[in-house]
Amino acid sequence: MSQGRIRTLITGDVQAARVVPPTGFTAQLTLFVSGAMAFLAVFALALSLASGRLADRWSQELAKAATLRINAPADQRAAQTEAVLAILNQTAGVASARALSDEEQAALLSPWLGQDIPLDTLPVPQLIEVIAGDPGYDATGLRLRLTAEVPGAVLDDHTRWREPLVDAANSLRRLGLFSILLIGGATAAMITLAANAALAANAQVIEVLRLVGAQDNYIAHAFVRRFTLRALIGSAVGVAVGMLGVLLMPEASDEGGFLTGLGFQGLGWIWPLLIPLLGGLVAFLATGRAARRKLKELA
Amino acid sequence: MIELENVGYNYGGGELLTNVSVQLAPGSFHFLTGPSGAGKTTLLKLCYGALSPTSGKVRAFNMDVKGLDRDQMAMLRRRIGVVHQDCRFLDHLPVYENIALPLTVSGRDLSGEEGNLRELINWVGLTERADAVPPELSGGERQRAALARAVILSPEVVIADEPTGNVDWDMSQRLLRLLVELNRMGKTILVASHDLALIRAAKSQVQARVLRISDKRLQLAGADL
Repeated sequence: MSQGRIRTLITGDVQAARVVPPTGFTAQLTLFVSGAMAFLAVFALALSLASGRLADRWSQELAKAATLRINAPADQRAAQTEAVLAILNQTAGVASARALSDEEQAALLSPWLGQDIPLDTLPVPQLIEVIAGDPGYDATGLRLRLTAEVPGAVLDDHTRWREPLVDAANSLRRLGLFSILLIGGATAAMITLAANAALAANAQVIEVLRLVGAQDNYIAHAFVRRFTLRALIGSAVGVAVGMLGVLLMPEASDEGGFLTGLGFQGLGWIWPLLIPLLGGLVAFLATGRAARRKLKELA
Repeated sequence: MIELENVGYNYGGGELLTNVSVQLAPGSFHFLTGPSGAGKTTLLKLCYGALSPTSGKVRAFNMDVKGLDRDQMAMLRRRIGVVHQDCRFLDHLPVYENIALPLTVSGRDLSGEEGNLRELINWVGLTERADAVPPELSGGERQRAALARAVILSPEVVIADEPTGNVDWDMSQRLLRLLVELNRMGKTILVASHDLALIRAAKSQVQARVLRISDKRLQLAGADL
């Protein structure tokens, strides 16, 4: 489609638009439907962007961190910890390794065992936090070496419970994107129905226009322009309300977990602004198709 | 201009017209008469392409009407001005916009045609009523507005279906004068009417030929009118 045609569509041949009588009720329905759909699309978009960010963050951060657990009798614990730290410092790809202090271990256990736990009387394993460098270390090789030299040390690189979480976040993202597709399809369907109703209600007008020599394109244009503008305006309002809703959601925080991270960040705020344009495009295509089909039926 | 060759038309319930052949020469004035239901409107519709003949051939401006696609048909409608029996207006637009409708739909710039439009509205005597909407017009005013709309694109042929159907004698005389004026300007005119008094009155003003539909066929009526 040429630029000129788009311009006439937006600025409009006002005279051409006037030949079709105004229809208050369908106009409001189309506005409402495109507004509601755009509003929903904003949330589906926010959901898929947020879960995408979550999946990326989890797979990156957790891939770097690992935990080493030392199960040893109390008298050998310090010696084994020293040995393990020595091995880790020699291992290529380990950026840093650090034994957690008793206070840190107590803090980790307090949600389960309460504040005042006598850690020294319990056989609590020593934890060592391992941060991988770039490139990372060879987990299998490290495990083999640890088994040989420090039998009580167990390396847990979080793969076991990281993967299902990343999978879940990824499926959430896919669901969000699929919802956006569904919303687009439903908008197209509803605008087609509304356009068909408008065309049928104006059968007389269309007949008169044909009798005085109007070409199908001219008649279709009057309807397409009307529905495209309605969808544009309706979805602009829906997106504005939806973005305001997202803006008012609480900031991402540790206490709220991943739920509060729902929203847009940085350049992500540009995506919802595309929704009205897409809504207009969907209306443009749907009405155009409906009009061409209906005009052939009518006269 | 318009040429019918052995044209037949069948509504599905038997033949309405059969073996109709006629030529509308440029600048001619024809009346089409016949009893109600004889097929006058059908014959006119065949002439401007609203109906397609079930047999025979209709040619307009040397084109076979049957072979035209929808856009070409729209272009044909711009070259033939039609005054429909029931006028057919857009009831939500004022009279002057209805009269200008053929200009609007053919994409002409209305501001450049304003002088012509005003002159035409004056010619059919509707200057006072230009801002009224069609449902507010009397029968005669509607017919004159329809005539103005039919000629605004300056078509070569003007077809009118019972233009004096529900107007009084003075008004039908006035419409007839407008049609005769158009014919003097070189337009080809075809008027369907069952009003024999009107046809007689026309014969004193213009060289009109009278076609009569009887028994599904078209005959040239003699001097008996």
